Amino acid sequence: MISSLVALVITSAARLLTGARALWLGCEPAPRQRIYYGNHNSHVDFVLIWASLPPALRRRTRPVAGADYWLTSKWRQFLIQRVFNGVLVDRQHNTPDDNPLQTLLDALDQGDSMIIFPEGTRNQGEEGLLPFKSGLYHLARLRPEVEIIPVWIANLNRVMPKGKAIPLPLLCTLHFGAPLTLEAGEEKQAFLERAQRTLLSLATQED
Amino acid sequence: MEHSALFLFGGIGGLLLVATAIGQLLKWRAESPSPVIDNLNARIYAWWVMVVVIGLAFTMGRTGIIVLFYLISFYALREFITLTPTRRSDYPALVAAFYFALPLQYVLIWADWYGLFSIFIPVYLFLLLPILSSFGGDTVRYLERASNVQWGLMIAVYCISAVPALVTLQIPGFEGKNLLLIAWLILVVQISDVLQYVCGKLFGKRKIAPSLSPSKTIEGFTGGIALATLVGAGLYWITPFSPWQAAVVGLLVCLLGFAGGLVMSAIKRDRGVKDWGHMIEGHGGMLDRLDSICFAAPVFFHVLRYWWV
Repeated sequence: MISSLVALVITSAARLLTGARALWLGCEPAPRQRIYYGNHNSHVDFVLIWASLPPALRRRTRPVAGADYWLTSKWRQFLIQRVFNGVLVDRQHNTPDDNPLQTLLDALDQGDSMIIFPEGTRNQGEEGLLPFKSGLYHLARLRPEVEIIPVWIANLNRVMPKGKAIPLPLLCTLHFGAPLTLEAGEEKQAFLERAQRTLLSLATQED
Repeated sequence: MEHSALFLFGGIGGLLLVATAIGQLLKWRAESPSPVIDNLNARIYAWWVMVVVIGLAFTMGRTGIIVLFYLISFYALREFITLTPTRRSDYPALVAAFYFALPLQYVLIWADWYGLFSIFIPVYLFLLLPILSSFGGDTVRYLERASNVQWGLMIAVYCISAVPALVTLQIPGFEGKNLLLIAWLILVVQISDVLQYVCGKLFGKRKIAPSLSPSKTIEGFTGGIALATLVGAGLYWITPFSPWQAAVVGLLVCLLGFAGGLVMSAIKRDRGVKDWGHMIEGHGGMLDRLDSICFAAPVFFHVLRYWWV
């Protein structure tokens, strides 16, 4: 109850602040199992993607978040686990025997969709993307039936620059692209670079 | 004021009813769905909403108008800054623009402090913003970035705030009726836009500025501005003007409004977009509807202040 109220407040605030206009350029907001991957500039990136999905999809779509950041305080833990139903990953590989992707694969096997940021950390540059981590490739390889959707979030880096407290009320647009599939025999690096280029090319696409 | 205002809003309501009827008739008679007619109907519907919002603000008097235009400035500034590039180092200047300059300009108008609201943005913010941007130490496109923020404030805050500033003018023999000046200005400038659009759609052949705004034609310009000037003259009874004065001032604000549309269009083309935003169905963004007012309002304010106060 409280958690859905907090979710409503946070998504409404994000939409009011940024306008959060979703452009479905390459796919429709359909109830399919999907991995949405986007550019990462701030902690509210996933909130914006999440808020721009129709409510029915939102309930089955879970953000993937770094345990090292989100488990450091009670409030953050409440947000990520109760409000957003996030999938936590161990970015520091504290227990090297475990497969760090196991929590993600479990979530996919339950039928959930998810939101991931393959850059791994927030990009502080003025433009472009950081090199992608390999998780996206492994998910594409191990769960080929799940659609992989690129989502370019325009302008959010100006709304919430890293380390700044006051957000600027600029308009953000989310560009949802066409599903990406791992081609037969495609190497890891080639796939990751293609995923990166596809995402970047969405930046300049308008409706 | 009550009688004239009621009369005026009644007239506008009647006009919108006629427009709505024509729009629906065109839609009903069209053999296949037409995007032009759908856009026309979306525009008419948006006009209903805008007239109701302005009407509500009018019933709340001076404070209502100031709050309404504060919000309009906010949406316009956010559209402007969204489309013009700035960098990380401009963050303090942008915070100052949204959270300091914008509210303070409207507080100064509310407090009737002409000596400061007339120079606050053109002088003090003009100096403060580049100082704030320089702290970041980033010189890439420095002048362009500083200009973007300053321009945004001038257009979206300073120029638009000239509309509610009309309530501060003390015109002998016109006391207590200043809201009607706002109604007259908005009506004449906006009806000029509408009539230019209508004349352009009906008779438009020769493009007037093809590289800036492909939809503007000589026929639309001439017909729209001539008719809107007549409307302005015909409404002289809600202003402190004689019919002739109303015609001259009407022509002036219509010409400025037209020029405002061209200038704002040049910026949009440069940024590679068709509209400033998407908040007003059929029209585009707040700035798409307000571009003409931005240019007409400050000159209208100062013409009145110079010759009628």
